[in-house]
Amino acid sequence: MLGAEFLGMITLIVYVGAVAVLFLFVVMMININFSELKTGFLDYLPFGMLIGVVIFIELVMMISAWKYKAEFIVTKKIAKPLVSNTESLGMIIYTDYILFFQISGLILLVAMIGAIVLTFRRKDSLRRQDITTQVSRERNESVELQDVPNFKGVKIND
Amino acid sequence: MFQILKVLKLMIEITLAHYLFLSAVVFTIGIIGIFLNRKNVIVILMSVELILIAVNINLVSFSVYLNDLVGQVFTMFVLTVAAAEAAIGLAILVVFFRNKGSIHVEDINSLKG
Repeated sequence: MLGAEFLGMITLIVYVGAVAVLFLFVVMMININFSELKTGFLDYLPFGMLIGVVIFIELVMMISAWKYKAEFIVTKKIAKPLVSNTESLGMIIYTDYILFFQISGLILLVAMIGAIVLTFRRKDSLRRQDITTQVSRERNESVELQDVPNFKGVKIND
Repeated sequence: MFQILKVLKLMIEITLAHYLFLSAVVFTIGIIGIFLNRKNVIVILMSVELILIAVNINLVSFSVYLNDLVGQVFTMFVLTVAAAEAAIGLAILVVFFRNKGSIHVEDINSLKG
């Protein structure tokens, strides 16, 4: 569409590859009764339709009454640029908008860590290695010298 | 058949108004989805995604027709935020389902502080 091929592909990949699969996984993970969720649909139908129709009519009125700017291009005049859309996007993203690019990376990192922290469950049945206790172990709390009397032996408390 | 397609192609030229109209339709579907579905949090999240997509369509079409690439850069950031929002929202949803056993909107009415 319109020569914005990079964003078209990115949108496709992000929504089909990531968001849709995420939604699918969650829908499969929590099994809910969907028929039960549909009750009360008719109660909200008039109100929702009213809101929807009002907003849609407002939007259409705004679009149809639009006075275009002087430097606005018509479809037939959209020039074939010398460099591709992806290349020109890359040329400004990594220079003029590098700060925002980095911030968006940070947002993704925070989202990833947040999702992991929220859904992580520590299992108590699993035996884990605790490096601190291993390293800080002293000799006197693990090994003990005992005088063993003859013909009596020692009782090992277990 | 081919002739008809050619005629149609000549008749229908896709202008900015068409893109704005598409965006308005998608936006309205998202709004109606939020209002009609007062029970299921997943559907509300999907509706929010639809609204964000409508905004993206608007941004890209204006960016092309005004010959300004900044709109497309902004679209990319909106896309990033949308993906992050979906991930966090669904994670919260999973945790909520574990605690309560349902995802009804009406059940989300208790605070614990």
